[in-house]
Amino acid sequence: MRFIPALGILIIAGLLSWFVLSTNGVDNRFRVKLGLDLAGGTELIYTADTSNLVTDKPGALNSLREVVEKRVNLFGVAEPLVQLEKSSAVAGDVQDRLIVELPGVTDVKAAVDALGKTPVLEFKLVSGQTDTGAATFQATSLTGRYLKDAQLQFGKGQGSAPAGQPVVVLNFNDEGAKLFEEITRKNVGRQLAIFLDGEVISSPVIQEAIPGGTATITGTFTPTEGRDLVRNLNFGALPVPIELSGSNSVGPTLGAVAFQAGLVASLIGFGIVALFMILWYRVPGLVATVALFIYVLVTVALIKFIPITLTASGIAGFILSIGMAVDANVLIFERMKEELRAGKTPHDAAKIGFSRAWPAIRDGHFTMILSSTILFWMGTSLVQGFALVFGFGVIVSLLSAVTITQTFLNTILPNENRGAWKFLLSSGLHTK
Amino acid sequence: MFIVKHRAFFLWLTGFFLVAAVASIAVFGLKPSLEFTGGSLVEVEYTSERPHVSVLQDVLGAAGFTDASVRESGENAISIRTHTLTPEEHESLLSALTLSVVSPDASTTPFTESRFNSIGPSLGSELAIKALYAIGAVMLTIMLYIAFVFRKVSRPVPSWGYGLIVVVMLAIDIIVPAGFFAAYAHFTGAQADPLFVVALLALLGYCVNDVIVIFDRVRENLQKNKDLNRKEEFEMTIGRSIDETMGRSINTSVTVALALIAIIFFGAEVTRNFAIVMLVGVVVGTFSSIARSAPLLIPIAHRFAKK
Repeated sequence: MRFIPALGILIIAGLLSWFVLSTNGVDNRFRVKLGLDLAGGTELIYTADTSNLVTDKPGALNSLREVVEKRVNLFGVAEPLVQLEKSSAVAGDVQDRLIVELPGVTDVKAAVDALGKTPVLEFKLVSGQTDTGAATFQATSLTGRYLKDAQLQFGKGQGSAPAGQPVVVLNFNDEGAKLFEEITRKNVGRQLAIFLDGEVISSPVIQEAIPGGTATITGTFTPTEGRDLVRNLNFGALPVPIELSGSNSVGPTLGAVAFQAGLVASLIGFGIVALFMILWYRVPGLVATVALFIYVLVTVALIKFIPITLTASGIAGFILSIGMAVDANVLIFERMKEELRAGKTPHDAAKIGFSRAWPAIRDGHFTMILSSTILFWMGTSLVQGFALVFGFGVIVSLLSAVTITQTFLNTILPNENRGAWKFLLSSGLHTK
Repeated sequence: MFIVKHRAFFLWLTGFFLVAAVASIAVFGLKPSLEFTGGSLVEVEYTSERPHVSVLQDVLGAAGFTDASVRESGENAISIRTHTLTPEEHESLLSALTLSVVSPDASTTPFTESRFNSIGPSLGSELAIKALYAIGAVMLTIMLYIAFVFRKVSRPVPSWGYGLIVVVMLAIDIIVPAGFFAAYAHFTGAQADPLFVVALLALLGYCVNDVIVIFDRVRENLQKNKDLNRKEEFEMTIGRSIDETMGRSINTSVTVALALIAIIFFGAEVTRNFAIVMLVGVVVGTFSSIARSAPLLIPIAHRFAKK
């Protein structure tokens, strides 16, 4: 009955291979996600200037992210990624950053132009006139960050807008609506100028307090201008000014070559490690190879399932972890050999060898997990890609060394060490 | 017993490697890559034969990129490093390159841009500081962890003694490959990039694992001696522990080295230098844990025995 656990592991391994092999379709949600360095694409790193924000910084940054995301979608990229990031506190002032990943895009300038234009929408009260007759303005707290959306409509001949005249309708969010009502209530009779990128585009007189959070701009623009304005307002008004502070772009061929090379290196790395283990440790080496294969399956399944974005450095971390994953097995086998030499039966030797090797396996793996955690904390995508794959690899290897190798050895090892087993259980250059 | 007997020789050998590595770093220097300093890297792959480096250098100089450094890379590619380029500067650099080649067919561009990295100075210095913190943090946590797991073993060496030795060794284990890299980089034009730091940090993890295995054996043998009420010189215990674990230490580093060799010869270009540094480090680290960690325990043990 002792073969049942081993059978269970083999069945699980079969299911895992099925999962790994059957989820590679283009539309499959468990397809391996490739980083920009392998898939080709552009990463843009912006620094957000939050020095003028007094209140609700997280809110402003979040709406910044949303606006940029809208622009990215407008740019037409598959699976873009827009995320906020804080610079590390160890490096002086904490800066807020916006990371934009654009798979498949390699024209940095076009991407920067499409995303980086920062039309700023502001509302200012006309406070008086200078000697030359130009208006002076007084800033209000109402800005583009409170804008929910803008729409283009055409005047129906009622009110101030003549029939057919384009009218831009601004809808504020709840907070913006409150601010707008307050400003209009307190300043009836004054002019409220609407600024886009520091230019006045319209400065209507406030007739009465306006509740409901809707304002209309009836400038003198053509339908085309009106449409552009609406588009810019919807996709353009950034609540926080941003500045490009770094960019990385990798061409599709270079990425594909790197990915191909990573795959080949993984296969060869696995192959020669397995060959070495089988030649040196014979039957236990074969068991270790099977365990290593299951280890690879589990790691790949995890990469697909979580999902972890795979980069060139991640693949290197993976191959390195293949080399290291057998360490636990080597430790167990060396201990086993000592026990065999002391005259124990193979079965007992495996058992004792395992328990003797355990403290070293535990401490060694634990320090490696510690270092990969710290590496992950260090931050850039290149380093994180390595740390994540390596860290998960170490954890999986700890589990596979504990369970898989032991179970298989339990199943196949004989109760007595004689005949062919003597050769099969010794190692290295010895023949018995 | 061989290593314990000749431990003076191994300590001198270590000293020699250490001095050579420090000298290499001092002479050649570790040139930080643009990820740490800020700057731009443009890599273009030519479809036909690539122009000579000096030609391109002149073309770029004439276009106003006087700080550009041009290098051949791969089979038919050119990599150019400059100050941090704005998207506009980047465009004008590319058009300067296009104009420099008389294309046989005007409709095709003579090259494709395969990589463009641009890092602002503030991003760069932040990463450099983080890297130093990370190395320090890893060493400190490892020392504390070792002191913790060896807390029950306080004779004849106190548990923090194990932690301290591990950290001294780890310092050697990363200084030697760093020294090798300084010399290697000097001749190949490689730069110390984030992956280089990753390699050093991964080495810390690997080497400490190696040392732990030996110390674990020392710990076990000390316990055994105590249980059996057996008197054994501390030197003997250490010698035995090293002999017993040597097979494992060598075999594990062989498997890791095999995996790294696969990366060096078949892996992606970007991870090649990483794997080379790791390979040197793994060899040094294995030597280090076999030949140094335990012999270093002996002098400390003597010191404490006197008290």
